[in-house]
Amino acid sequence: MKTLEELNVVRDSLAGEVALRTHGNASSKYERHVLVCGGTGCTSSGSPKIIEKLNEEFAAKGLTDKVQIVKTGCFGLCERGPIMIVYPEGSFYSRVNVDEIPRIVDEHLIGGNPVKEFLYEETVDGDDIKALDDTSFYKKQHRVALRNCGVIDPENINEYIGRDGYQALGKVLTTMTPEDVIQTILDSGLRGRGGGGFPTGMKWKLARNIVPDADMKYVCCNADEGDPGAFMDRSVLEGDPHVVLEAMTIAGYAIGAKQGYIYVRAEYPIAVERLNIAIKQAREAGMLGKNIFGTDFSFDIDLRLGAGAFVCGEETALMTSIEGNRGEPRPRPPFPAEKGLFQKPTILNNVETYANIPQIILNGAEWFASMGTEKSKGTKVFALGGKIRNTGLVEVPMGTTLREVIEEIGGGIPNGKKFKAAQTGGPSGGCISPENFDIPIDYDNLIGIGSMMGSGGLIVMDEDNCMVDIAKFFLEFTVDESCGKCTPCRIGTKRMYEILDKITKGKGTLEDIDKLEELCYHIKANSLCGLGQTAPNPVLSTLRYFRDEYIAHVVDKKCPAGVCKDLLSFEIVKDSCIGCGMCAKQCPASAITRTDYIAPGKKLAAMEIDKTKCVKCGACIASCKFKAIIKK
Amino acid sequence: MNSAKSTVPFKGTPEQEAQLLSVIAEKKDTQGALMPILQKAQEIYGYLPIEVQKIISNNTGIPLEKIYGVVTFYAQFSLYPKGEYTISVCLGTACYVKGSGDIYDKLQEKLGIAGGECTPDGKFSLDACRCIGACGLAPVLTVNEDVYGRLTVDDVDKIIAKYA
Repeated sequence: MKTLEELNVVRDSLAGEVALRTHGNASSKYERHVLVCGGTGCTSSGSPKIIEKLNEEFAAKGLTDKVQIVKTGCFGLCERGPIMIVYPEGSFYSRVNVDEIPRIVDEHLIGGNPVKEFLYEETVDGDDIKALDDTSFYKKQHRVALRNCGVIDPENINEYIGRDGYQALGKVLTTMTPEDVIQTILDSGLRGRGGGGFPTGMKWKLARNIVPDADMKYVCCNADEGDPGAFMDRSVLEGDPHVVLEAMTIAGYAIGAKQGYIYVRAEYPIAVERLNIAIKQAREAGMLGKNIFGTDFSFDIDLRLGAGAFVCGEETALMTSIEGNRGEPRPRPPFPAEKGLFQKPTILNNVETYANIPQIILNGAEWFASMGTEKSKGTKVFALGGKIRNTGLVEVPMGTTLREVIEEIGGGIPNGKKFKAAQTGGPSGGCISPENFDIPIDYDNLIGIGSMMGSGGLIVMDEDNCMVDIAKFFLEFTVDESCGKCTPCRIGTKRMYEILDKITKGKGTLEDIDKLEELCYHIKANSLCGLGQTAPNPVLSTLRYFRDEYIAHVVDKKCPAGVCKDLLSFEIVKDSCIGCGMCAKQCPASAITRTDYIAPGKKLAAMEIDKTKCVKCGACIASCKFKAIIKK
Repeated sequence: MNSAKSTVPFKGTPEQEAQLLSVIAEKKDTQGALMPILQKAQEIYGYLPIEVQKIISNNTGIPLEKIYGVVTFYAQFSLYPKGEYTISVCLGTACYVKGSGDIYDKLQEKLGIAGGECTPDGKFSLDACRCIGACGLAPVLTVNEDVYGRLTVDDVDKIIAKYA
């Protein structure tokens, strides 16, 4: 394709097809579309087998020309995977089992009646079926970065074009100067979604102007989503890879670069495969390569795979890694805008940041700036995980409160447990306590309460999680992932881990807590890169909001959540014990014996635990059907 | 715990070497070629012993100590062979708060090896990994390409038995 007109022909031929999947009443060659999630979550829970079965049934029952099967990216509600949606009705089948397929095919795809008992319960309201957008999980969401995820086939460039794909690139190349593009991004107020929150337009402006006579510049995409528990970048790459390619090409035009690199985690095989397909298709369609849209602008993109180093998510470390070295960060300045990849001016943006760019170009800076809070515009994708009902991916306008995200969209805490904390920002962020539940989420508010946006992982914890143990968990991660280049991070985090370990083993003192806190401030102030500078955050924030838990470990030698094994003791409540002896059979240490005491109303004598022999494995608790064993 | 690490001699074949040499020839003139070459080399041999690193060094001119530095920096490069089945337990935050730490402990106990090691019969190796992104299924482990989710400690025996 060399002109916008050619692009529009492709778009118009597919627009009806993809529109059927968003508002139902559009013209399609097919009677129905069956969308099956092909993201990592649903693939792991069996969606490939569902597609196989559908194909088999279609062939046998002559549906191949009537119903189209589309393997899409992530729908977001991973908790209910594998997920299948049938359009035009928008029927949402959740936790689909292969055995249910023949009935769905017969009754719904042939008979026209959705099989209610297989639908996501919340969409079934008596005789009516509710639209997905009216369910609590989707109602408050607003999809910008994820707009194509779960709608299009990510392995087909034409479906992307059918959803106005590459229109923004066409507009930029044919009607805008690079300065216009940068100004639009600046005006939109878009800030980096990878965690730092640096204004994206500012980054681009610096890279355009700071070295006026640079012979080479680079555009990089940070897809090294190492923050455990965050998977929004992966979902964008799996569900809508072309949006990243289009946005990087726009960025290349804006700063004057000819080459782009996507640095993606090797742990994301599906994302890597779809990116490779997308790059190939974009080259064939003329959206990458020489003289794009017949202009004199040329741009190409290569993939580089990470190899499992968290620090490579830091911008200078990422570039060092692309250069083929140990991924160690380097001091800034010089900033990448001046001397980045291969010592040339470079911009690096995160996947989600790029996913917003084409929409900003098409709908205007004002449209984007109308969403969000004063200093944080647009939307943010969060990966909800941990102790929450609706695990999955949600995109909400900035300024939504944590309460709305956790209680309304996330459906609250399962099993009647009490909410304790929400962790944002991964190993660089902090734990947020319930008293901050109603603060509107944006970059500055989260920093104000001792956490950070990070890439958007949001892990919910309940009363069974010990905050000292969680802090230790994150420090273990940082110790493991510290690259070792600078002393405060290499040695400091190790010392922090040791103190935390001591506290969880009941050997800590009040003085240790003070030492720990002091160490935090030193490491924050003196580390070379973001990894070390933020590594103390999980400790500082838990000390701030859950200090009493630390004190309980140190002074009372108790773990209130019942997690730290060295501080637990197991006891049998004799009046609840029926004397069945199940626990004694399970006990690997033979620490449980029978007493002489028969509880009122029981026939056999109660059991008891010899604390000197007990190894605190918890096997007895799991075996007791009468809840007669407690740990405290 | 016994470790099988140093006991396996290098058994590279001429076919593997020819394959590696063609990868090197194809990539060595691109900027920052070392990482992609190492990734391919690990695909070919399954791991990156010093013998393989020497072949790369001799054919790219990159000093061996630099190659060794890169190999040891990244968690995905392995100096030792992996077992027939690699069990990876996700210790990402979402899995950890749902108890994957206990599952990892149980596997170490069951297999008699520590994380990063391989059983003496070459059958299983055990790793902890950081978030494979299937947080909706937490806690999760993978055995080669197979993903097991929504696990409890009691599932460990069944899973091992499937491959033993």
